[in-house]
Amino acid sequence: MLSRVADSLYWMSRYIERAENVARFLDVNVHMTLDLPMGAVEQWEPLVATTGDDAMFDERYGTSKATRENAIKFLAFDQTNPNSIVSCLRAARENARSVRQFITLEMWEHVNKFYMMVNSSTAPLRAFEAPHDFFGDIMMASHGFLGITDATMSHGEGWNFCHVGRMLERADKTSRLLDVKYFMLLPSVGYVGSPYDDILWSAVLRSTSAFEMYRKAHQQISPDRVVEFLVLDPEFPRAIHHCVIKAEESLRAISGTPGGTFRNQAEQRLGRIRAELDYVQVEEIIRDGLHEFLDDLQDRLNASGQAIFDTFFALRPIDNAGVSKKGSREQ
Amino acid sequence: MDFRNYQTENFFDELFRAPGTPRDGAAMLIQKLESLEEGELRERQAAAEQALLRMGITFNVYGDKSGTERIFPFDVIPRIVESADWKVLERGLRQRVYALNLFINDIYHEQKILKDGVVPRELIESATSFRRQCIGLKPPRGIWCHVTGTDLVRHSDGNWYVLEDNLRTPSGVSYVLENRQIMKRTLPLVFEACNVLPVAEYPSKLLDMLHYLAPEHVADPTAAVLTPGVFNSAYFEHSFLAKQMGVELVEGRDLVVADGRVLMRTTKGFEPIHVLYRRIDDDFLDPMAFRPDSLLGVPGLLDVYRAGRIALANAPGTGIADDKVIYAYVPKIIKYYLNEDAIVSNVPTYVCFEPKDRKYVLEHLETLVVKAANESGGYGMLVGPHSTEEQRTEFAKRIEANPRNYIAQPTLSLSRVPVIVDDHFEGRHVDFRPYILYGKDIFVLPGGLTRVALKKGSLVVNSSQGGGSKDTWVLA
Repeated sequence: MLSRVADSLYWMSRYIERAENVARFLDVNVHMTLDLPMGAVEQWEPLVATTGDDAMFDERYGTSKATRENAIKFLAFDQTNPNSIVSCLRAARENARSVRQFITLEMWEHVNKFYMMVNSSTAPLRAFEAPHDFFGDIMMASHGFLGITDATMSHGEGWNFCHVGRMLERADKTSRLLDVKYFMLLPSVGYVGSPYDDILWSAVLRSTSAFEMYRKAHQQISPDRVVEFLVLDPEFPRAIHHCVIKAEESLRAISGTPGGTFRNQAEQRLGRIRAELDYVQVEEIIRDGLHEFLDDLQDRLNASGQAIFDTFFALRPIDNAGVSKKGSREQ
Repeated sequence: MDFRNYQTENFFDELFRAPGTPRDGAAMLIQKLESLEEGELRERQAAAEQALLRMGITFNVYGDKSGTERIFPFDVIPRIVESADWKVLERGLRQRVYALNLFINDIYHEQKILKDGVVPRELIESATSFRRQCIGLKPPRGIWCHVTGTDLVRHSDGNWYVLEDNLRTPSGVSYVLENRQIMKRTLPLVFEACNVLPVAEYPSKLLDMLHYLAPEHVADPTAAVLTPGVFNSAYFEHSFLAKQMGVELVEGRDLVVADGRVLMRTTKGFEPIHVLYRRIDDDFLDPMAFRPDSLLGVPGLLDVYRAGRIALANAPGTGIADDKVIYAYVPKIIKYYLNEDAIVSNVPTYVCFEPKDRKYVLEHLETLVVKAANESGGYGMLVGPHSTEEQRTEFAKRIEANPRNYIAQPTLSLSRVPVIVDDHFEGRHVDFRPYILYGKDIFVLPGGLTRVALKKGSLVVNSSQGGGSKDTWVLA
């Protein structure tokens, strides 16, 4: 398939996944703050930090304090924040539009509708007044897109590029969430052993849709087990290990390279991350420092993304900025 | 909602012979529409508009930063073309495209028609759309204008007239196909009762034509649609056609010329392309052959084309037959090559290049429409009946300074079709663009784009200025 098409499929998929994650973070945080004692520090600053855009946030809304209002505004509706939900969906739709001949009609109509839902003039009001409904709709629309993609598009190269994009994005978001939350939560000694400890750690699990699956696996909530579940579980769909396994499978499906070997840098880098996650134990991670581990992991995931770009998309660097918008008079 | 109070107001109405009396071909349609329950038609109209938005069937508006896409307004009352009427039109379009292809080929080879003095040589050489790079070019199978979208209007005398030929990259056929889909969903029973010829075969016919052009040594040719990109106003159509044909949609940056072939960049390396349905103007096609500042095209493409290793549809250079002054000579061109009279007429045209015509035009500016030869979209135009003394003086000066660049035509009275306006019907002016494919044979799609000026009294059907579209039902 065309490199440009593969590139657009990858990013279309990534942006939808990103929007879903931001929606879930917001949803969970709104809920969690309802359970915390009045006057407790709300968790909006760490939430903004999770997205990695805290510097931009400070620049726009001042360093003083992230509130529920300005965090939702910034993360969901700020058109100038490239990672806000509305910006992600615009980018997803633009990418979809540029490969409309490749994706199915059902996929296109879904992305189009999804974007219109978030970009409608009534959306911000709904997000403030009925956040659970609104963010829930976004998550469902993202799941809907995944389902439609699976059910209408041939599971060939294009589908696999969509899948790699989605899995890498998800791995990145889970690692960021865990990184920020773990260090926010650990020092709050006052809550240790209190019902709030449970509430806060449950929120971490809920932020990755992991609460129910975690309960089935471990019942009691403990920080180490939460870390183990979100980093190392091979089966839970938002666990980093699972995402890396699936991304690697898709890469191999694209190139036809057998497992345990590699033919390009993308496979080499991702295969290496996978090998480590296959064998590392949570005790080692905690002992050597979770933050250091996650930070390094994020760097390596980014490097894998770059290698995918270099291997499959960038056969020639192209400067897009100067492209004329004309070139065809309408007859 | 009924047509009891519908007025034709002395215009030629495509559905009504006279107020209250439908034309024969439209009788069933009118009967079915009137039998719908009160309010139903408006509901269906709203549903059709919703469907267009949901499907993202939109066009881009240049210079509009926020909402860069709009729906092309759509009215659910179809325009009907009766069978006998269509058959004449079909023959006329075939004849016209066949002759124009001979003309273009002649212009870039022997130039017999110039030597015989039928078309003045000076006109060709001064035409901005004449491409010297195309002299001696031998396009595959000798075909230049593979896709044509002829603009026609029907005057109050009931006859069709060709307004423009559009032999370069005519757009709009995607709306023809999508409008039909919407109509079949919106008014299935009405549609079923009317015995309408299908339009769905267009993408297959287009693909057949493209494959027909491929270099003969290639057993299983790869075709692609070449688009300037998502910012182009007709991008929807480019992707639509690529998808319908199941071929790649490529941009200039996806392609590269190497080893005398055109290759596309894929995730597994470079793969050859054999036919391009290009929706990029000649000027932007190849910066080495045409405009050097073009970033949209493929450097070296024209050399590969000359060597017969890729086919282009349409061939470069066809714009010469789109020049508004050359247009005036088309009846003579048909006569010259085919020894036949034109089946579909031109709008009578005064060519300011000819002294006698020029004199007439300058004396009758207040009744004529004056057009510049190479402008479109209403630029460089004088509409005599609506002009001021000052404008006419200005145009007279321009014509005298550069007579080659101007033609004049009498003001036409465009036919009308009913549209839904709130709770009743009103007549609105329409034009018509059928699509013609020239491959193994010449195929005229039984249907076409009916553009409608939705503003009351307006004659401007362009989408950028309040125009919309209708489905066109050619009856079996």
